[in-house]
Amino acid sequence: MSLQDKLAAAFQENSTNAAVQNHKKEAFNAFAQQGFPTTKDEEWKYTSLRNVLKNEYGIAPAKTADVSAKSIQPYLVSGVDSYKLIFVDGVFQETLSDESDEFSVQLLSKAIEDSKNNEIFKQQYNSLAKGVSSLSDLNTAFAQEGVLIQVAKSKVVSKPIEILYLASGESSALLLQPRNLILIAENAQAKFIERHQSLTDIATFNNVVTEVFVGKNAIFDLYKIQNDKENASLVDATLVAQEKDTVASVFTFSFGGKLTRNNLSFFQNGTGCESNLNGVTILEGDQLVDNHTLVAHKSPDCTSNETYKGIYGGKATGVFNGKVIVDQIAQRINAYQQNDSVLLSDTATINSKPQLEIFADDVKCSHGCTIGQLDKSALFYMQQRGIPPKEAQALLMFAFCADAVEDIKIPALKQKINTMVADKLGVSMDFDEIE
Amino acid sequence: MEKVDNYGLSYQETKTDKEKSKTYHIDKFQKPKARTMLKIENLHAKVEDNDILKGLNIEVKAGEVHAIMGPNGAGKSTFASVVAGNENYEVTEGSITLEGEDLTELDPDERAHKGVFLSFQYPVEIPGVSVTNFIKTAINAKRKAQGLEDMPAAEMLKKIKEKSALLEIKRDFLSRSLNEGFSGGEKKRNEIFQMAMLEPKLAILDETDSGLDIDALRIVANGVNKLKSDDNAVVVITHYQRLLDYIVPDYVHVLADGKIVKSGGKELALELEEKGYDWIVK
Repeated sequence: MSLQDKLAAAFQENSTNAAVQNHKKEAFNAFAQQGFPTTKDEEWKYTSLRNVLKNEYGIAPAKTADVSAKSIQPYLVSGVDSYKLIFVDGVFQETLSDESDEFSVQLLSKAIEDSKNNEIFKQQYNSLAKGVSSLSDLNTAFAQEGVLIQVAKSKVVSKPIEILYLASGESSALLLQPRNLILIAENAQAKFIERHQSLTDIATFNNVVTEVFVGKNAIFDLYKIQNDKENASLVDATLVAQEKDTVASVFTFSFGGKLTRNNLSFFQNGTGCESNLNGVTILEGDQLVDNHTLVAHKSPDCTSNETYKGIYGGKATGVFNGKVIVDQIAQRINAYQQNDSVLLSDTATINSKPQLEIFADDVKCSHGCTIGQLDKSALFYMQQRGIPPKEAQALLMFAFCADAVEDIKIPALKQKINTMVADKLGVSMDFDEIE
Repeated sequence: MEKVDNYGLSYQETKTDKEKSKTYHIDKFQKPKARTMLKIENLHAKVEDNDILKGLNIEVKAGEVHAIMGPNGAGKSTFASVVAGNENYEVTEGSITLEGEDLTELDPDERAHKGVFLSFQYPVEIPGVSVTNFIKTAINAKRKAQGLEDMPAAEMLKKIKEKSALLEIKRDFLSRSLNEGFSGGEKKRNEIFQMAMLEPKLAILDETDSGLDIDALRIVANGVNKLKSDDNAVVVITHYQRLLDYIVPDYVHVLADGKIVKSGGKELALELEEKGYDWIVK
């Protein structure tokens, strides 16, 4: 039985919330019609899910393993005092998680049943993700758990909110479909750190959807750490709707996993919005990371900044597709996009594609794309000064990535990312001191 | 009894029951005998299939300044690259030793750790790495190779301050990306700044004067002169005699067609300036 057939058999119309039930039904039908994307779809031309879908996934995890606080420690950002929200195989771990009075957290399953949230599920839930792709529809049809996070008006959450989705599958492959909804109210501020991580070597497939609504004058930061095991794959859709005068930033650090597809979309619904998209990808072996971004400039006087850096060794593949749509009404916007890649081997690949659709006439849109190799003369110069070749290479690579890392607002996280970069580059250098 | 130590200094040795002690007599200080720093014998090197160095010999002692002059294409820059260990050049014959130690099989970074420094004719731009961070990394890489801990931050800072002042380098310059957007003069000053920080035993200055105006030339030359000691040696590669007014050489060599064809004192440089190379190179 193919995964699609298995899913069809498992689909249940069981939600107590009428609005959610409707979404589920519609989404399931849409998925059933389209199926999983193939490389024949323009949007998936360079990224094949074939190998990922071959596994025999369990759709609902049988039993959740006991996970100790100690075993998750390596996957938290050490040195960051954060509010932790821990899920194992889709199940929330109350004992491992923190509570706070600075924001409200509800599990999706509970939030759906809470009549207080009726408006949210009618208005916002699935309003961004609906029909975006068959995979986000699949998530809508099957999502069981995730979080509804609300930050109240003018509230500044003092610590980052760290969400960790763990997979503990020991015997059979796991399909996990977390679903998150984040509402940042007017003038509020919050930072998030998000990570999906397998604890075992069993194949996992995470199909995640996160919708974010950023209220007037609010600030939202999201840091995605993707350094999963080699059997783990992730398809993520993060959709951010911005009201007037908001700043929304999403950082994507991709160092691991088998296949990672990031669908990152920003919708600038009010004037004076700023959207920041930074990404660093360092891959080897036959890993693949596909960053598909969309910035929809739907209002005047907004900016977007997009900086993606990639380093590809072995037979690794990178995909970057940067779509920028500027509506006719969105005058005087400034959209910047840069994608730089370094190929360390003859067998590594990068497919880079800027995609600008501009319907306004008084705008500034720039995009750039570079693909290069390591500068041999720079390596000799550094070696001549006593820096060994491996360190010299790492220093060059680190400098190459610096643009996309320097804006991290959480110092301990910046340190963590620097350490991860050093680790990926095979050196034990303290880049933090280098700064 | 009076003895002479390894450096040629005489001292009085007294023996007691427990220990030997050395007493140096200040009035008996002599100039130590110069050690050989760089010794190159019969060096042949090629790049791809072109033979460039064809039996080069030179010996540079501690405390000396040697100038290498010669027409274009004589192999001057190749000489510098080969001593520094650039892998684009293949050494086919001969030897390079520093203080008696064979360098030919060592990587560029290992040679640097032994004390070889090359001031590049065209310093490479390294975006994203600041001057300060680069030099810190270089110094600590050398210390690591020598089994030492990283240089304490305060000491590093003091040294950077002192050496940048010597080369009249401003503070904000140090936080700029290495060589990126630097003028010719800034690049060369930065090279000598790095030399001052790394305190090499052998410094090869490859056309450090090219592209420098007279003021910058003075600053750079002054920097080199301050760093000169009885414990290191400098090889200056240049086209023009002008630099040698400021960095005064003990010996001048003419390199032509991959070999040293004439050597002399500093007056040779003046003669070359006046007459060109044709009278030596036929």
